[in-house]
Amino acid sequence: MADDSRRVRDLERPFDVTAIRRDFPILEQRVHGKPLVYLDNAATTHKPQAVLETVRRYYVEDNANVRRGVHALGERATNAYAAARETVRRFLNAPDPDEVVFVRGATEGINLVAQTYGRAHVGAGDEILLSEMEHHSNIVPWQILAGEKGARVRAIPITDAGEMRLDEYERLLNGRTRIVAVTHVSNVLGTVNPVAEIVRIAKSRGIPVLIDGAQAVAHMPVDVQALGCDFYTFSGHKIFGPTGAGVLYGRRALLEAMPVYQGGGGMIGQVTFERTTYAQLPNKFEAGTPNIAGAIGLAAALDYVTAIGLDRIASYERELLAHGTETMAQVPGLRLTGTARSKAAILSFVLGDVHPHDIGTILDRAGVAIRAGHHCCQPLMARLGVSATARASLALYNTRDEIDALVGALRDVRKVFA
Amino acid sequence: MSPELQELYQAVILDHGRRPRNCRVIEGGRKAEGYNPMCGDRITVHVCLDADVIQDVSFDGSGCAIAKASASLMTVSVKGLTRADACALVDRFHRMITAPPGAPIEELGALAALAGVRQFPTRVKCATLPWHALRAATDARAKVVSTE
Repeated sequence: MADDSRRVRDLERPFDVTAIRRDFPILEQRVHGKPLVYLDNAATTHKPQAVLETVRRYYVEDNANVRRGVHALGERATNAYAAARETVRRFLNAPDPDEVVFVRGATEGINLVAQTYGRAHVGAGDEILLSEMEHHSNIVPWQILAGEKGARVRAIPITDAGEMRLDEYERLLNGRTRIVAVTHVSNVLGTVNPVAEIVRIAKSRGIPVLIDGAQAVAHMPVDVQALGCDFYTFSGHKIFGPTGAGVLYGRRALLEAMPVYQGGGGMIGQVTFERTTYAQLPNKFEAGTPNIAGAIGLAAALDYVTAIGLDRIASYERELLAHGTETMAQVPGLRLTGTARSKAAILSFVLGDVHPHDIGTILDRAGVAIRAGHHCCQPLMARLGVSATARASLALYNTRDEIDALVGALRDVRKVFA
Repeated sequence: MSPELQELYQAVILDHGRRPRNCRVIEGGRKAEGYNPMCGDRITVHVCLDADVIQDVSFDGSGCAIAKASASLMTVSVKGLTRADACALVDRFHRMITAPPGAPIEELGALAALAGVRQFPTRVKCATLPWHALRAATDARAKVVSTE
């Protein structure tokens, strides 16, 4: 972790978004004859040249299976894969690289915990505590588990502004609560949840906590030791890495005690037809040939954001968010959904009675890419009393001009549906 | 605004999207729900059959302007048709909406206003959602149908 004086120095360096945009070749294109304005970063982010080149070089120079070959390529691939794990450890400030499990993404990370830790610890009548703002990926795996075990999924309510009700949270925690699983940042509302406080309250009662970091890691520094959480998971593709590679961090004591997830090669100690012993961490949870190139590409992406500095990224995105919040509020009939005091750069909105899909289509023809729909958060949509929202989600390469292009195109939407 | 957008959001579509005809529930009729799990649009089509003839037809639910306009125009078009004729119209509508842009289209009366959807492949499922539901509602078994 950077010390305070370095952090201050970093923050004083100007944020050169023009130079950053040059790292992302995909952004140079035109869509329907207009410059691409990509504001769908909560769905997936683009990949900088450094990531693309790392993945290419891996396949061109080092490609081999890991932890198996005695040959030179096998050794290089194994070393690169191990180095990627160490990069993730450093990025999350995890104590030990063995606590970093490579998975396909946050969805698999949550399923892994539900099907291993969950299966071992959740029984009939027990409770799993989530929140009303969870993505389906942090609801459905727990429902599957609850269905198998006769357990119950409960949800922490949120306020109309989109903040978690901590008073209700404390009330919902009880002797039957076996795990708390909440998102760090809401993919719809942008709310940054007080996860350290949520963890502290649960831990004071001996209840483990999983944090879904899918929407957080690209936008703010994350330190799993400072948070104190037991599990933290994120997807690489939402932080400028390849699709299909993500991370589950878990505290060693829990990971070691957990039953295995998938069976197969690479996760075993010794196999006979009578019985199998399992490998040590982290291999125990990585059956089969892993997504080696994906993990290496993910590490390159983490190096990329670390070099820019997550504090600086957060500070730049705060400016963008403030500009977007202010200019969008001036579009007649526009209402932002999600006005938490602590927000990441996500602007969900409704525009009069215009359906978000119609907004999305018209914006697309102006070159502006946003998401329209329920954002895999149907329970949250029900809580907000809407069937869908439109959502602009920002990243480090977006600019004030792009937000202005969005606002201009929204005025066109108003004209069509005047 | 681009000509494609102007064709998509032409006056007829905007009118039917904003003030949909036959947007109500028919109590005691047959019904089927069309649901798009990817976007959450949900249109329930209600029909009242007398022997084999669609005496009354309506819809309710939530969806975008294209889905609502398509549902509204559909109810206007199929009222009074036999089940077989309605099914044939569903097929013709599907052929129109999935034909390549610029290809000649069959004579479909007011429904031709929806031909602009062809230029927006991601929106075809919005236009077809109520038609899937109509087919299911006129079929013997009422159920949820999906465009996915």
